[in-house]
Amino acid sequence: MSDATTHRQAGAGHNAAPDLLELYRGLVLIRRCEERLSQMFSEGEVPGFIHLSIGQEAVSVGVMAALTPDDTIASTHRGHGHAIAKGLSLDGFFAELLARETGLCKGRGGSMHVADMSVGMLGANGIVGAGLSIALGSALAHRTRKTGAIAVAFFGDGALAEGLLHECLNMAALWKLPLLFVCENNGWGEFLPTSKQLSFALKDLAAAYRIPHLCIDGNDVALVADHAVRIVAEVRHGGPRILECLTTRVRGHFEGDAQKYRDADELAALSARDPLRIAAGHLAELGFDEAALGGIADEVEARIDVSVEAARAAGFPAFADAMADVYTPAQGAA
Amino acid sequence: MAEMRYLKAINQALTDAMAADPSVILIGEDVSEAGGAFGASRGLRERFGAERVLDTPISEAALAGAAVGAALSGLRPVAEIMFMDFTTLVMDALVNQAAKARFMFGGQRSVPMVLRTPHGGGLGAGPQHSQCLEAWFAHVPGLKVVCPSDPASAYGLLRAAIDDPDPVVFVEHKGLYAMKSEVPDTLPILPLGKAATLREGRDVTIVAYGAAVHTAMTAAATLADEGIEAEILDLRSIQPWDEQAVLASLAKTHRLVIVHEAVEAFGVGAEIAARMADIGFDELDGPILRVGAPFMPVPFSKGLENAYLPSPDRVIDAVRRTLA
Ligand SMILES: Cc1ncc(C[n+]2csc(CCOP(=O)(O)OP(=O)(O)O)c2C)c(N)n1
Ligand SMILES: [Mg+2]
Repeated sequence: MSDATTHRQAGAGHNAAPDLLELYRGLVLIRRCEERLSQMFSEGEVPGFIHLSIGQEAVSVGVMAALTPDDTIASTHRGHGHAIAKGLSLDGFFAELLARETGLCKGRGGSMHVADMSVGMLGANGIVGAGLSIALGSALAHRTRKTGAIAVAFFGDGALAEGLLHECLNMAALWKLPLLFVCENNGWGEFLPTSKQLSFALKDLAAAYRIPHLCIDGNDVALVADHAVRIVAEVRHGGPRILECLTTRVRGHFEGDAQKYRDADELAALSARDPLRIAAGHLAELGFDEAALGGIADEVEARIDVSVEAARAAGFPAFADAMADVYTPAQGAA
Repeated sequence: MAEMRYLKAINQALTDAMAADPSVILIGEDVSEAGGAFGASRGLRERFGAERVLDTPISEAALAGAAVGAALSGLRPVAEIMFMDFTTLVMDALVNQAAKARFMFGGQRSVPMVLRTPHGGGLGAGPQHSQCLEAWFAHVPGLKVVCPSDPASAYGLLRAAIDDPDPVVFVEHKGLYAMKSEVPDTLPILPLGKAATLREGRDVTIVAYGAAVHTAMTAAATLADEGIEAEILDLRSIQPWDEQAVLASLAKTHRLVIVHEAVEAFGVGAEIAARMADIGFDELDGPILRVGAPFMPVPFSKGLENAYLPSPDRVIDAVRRTLA
């Protein structure tokens, strides 16, 4: 039995230990959604900019496995994985990415602004670091309203250099807010390694703000889920925590980025750390064969087909509807 | 009827809003234990508890962003930024987050937050504690901007701003905090987006907001001695602004002067002038003139600051010019 499995059972006292097969299904869903988007993007069917989280799925799936539907998350420009793992409507997701009126945001937001408030997903964000203060305020609301829920702020290692992050760490610690900081440390901020952007390590920052910090392999979904279950329980009752997940940005910064600035060796080493491969390895130890896993992928593909076809069939948003929604329509108005 | 100070009216509006709705919270620097840098939230911590009246560290960007997150999560936060000059530090929260969340998320949720902040000169506070930056916010789709000129409207508009489902930048003039005037025993909540006619007149319309309303009123009294009757409109709301009220007054007087303390160039007055030059073109019998601050930072030295601020004399000159 792997270490991760032992941990999972140890965590079972709080939330039920997430089932590894379910976690794997979550990874496959994000991966296949983004691969589909990548393909459709290259064919010109997806407009705008998209930032894929391929290689980072285990962070989303592992953390979200520890959350309840009432818990809220604030996300980043690389937010598809967070949104999908939080359980947003897949139909609404694809329709939004394809800029349709049936999109979650009625075609006004796109990839960088996907949100589904009904599942506590407070939005992807086009501004690096901005989600941190939104999660801070959401955590404050949870505490004030005594909802028992927590907020989670996802952010990249590049955001460590934003001043807002420092303000948020201080306030979360000062006010002991139910706020989990999840740093997706993929080593890159756009086209420059973050080693050339940062003079410090997150663990030192955490110590300065006196926030308990843990750095783990963010590509092992079972490991992430185990730690997340325990840490989320701590956050719910004991204030902020930082979970730093070491992970891998496989694709470019955005789709269409040829990554010429990346070392061939680094790129070659990525597949060994593929979160799906790691999870499949654990599952093989538990006796799940390739056919079982292949069946999951087929189911997921069929589900995505449904959403993509529905999105393609949907209309584009009407300008007048968008114009009418800049402010909240007056009560009683149509 | 009783006398009430502008600052007390703000305090009363906060008190009544918090008593009426448990989701209203106050957040800002020195708002809780100290009761506000200018005293606007005095007594509220004692009455409503430290959980609802929160002192923040000196972290404007985070407190404003937190207001957005809290507003998306079931609260109605009222954030205070001690001087409007410091709103430079909350631009992302207001412009990219609060203003756009409703629209860019497809109307899933509104952002019912208020950001209160004092603007204005006259106190010798110098270039970084005196600016009137409201036009910046009025330029951003999704934000509302309000600027009351007296105690009753400060109360009524702040209540409306807190009740409003959308983000409102509520601009107070710190030179007015000590102003006293008669108010009704039951202060009404006033609608956003509606101007008030403070003085009727047939010869010229003067549109103003905030402290400039009083400059305009002083000018109008002098003009009346010469037989010129100015109609004074207190705009109250800058975004949205009461286009119909301005147009109706212009249709009566056929001349328009706009007065504000903010820098004249690219300001609120420019927007009003442009709209009236369009939809009010047929009504105009003279040039639309603006009276605002010159294109310089607010200076410190008393003589400089006095020369900088719009004065009744400059309003009178503008009225004479458009009547000439
Ligand atoms: C305030 C701000 N500055 C710069 C950018 C441009 N930008 C978008 S993503 C990015 C890099 C972010 O790096 P990181 O936070 O590590 O996230 P990753 O892309 O690695 O997931 C930058 C600089 C932005 N969107 N917002
Ligand atoms: Mg990064």
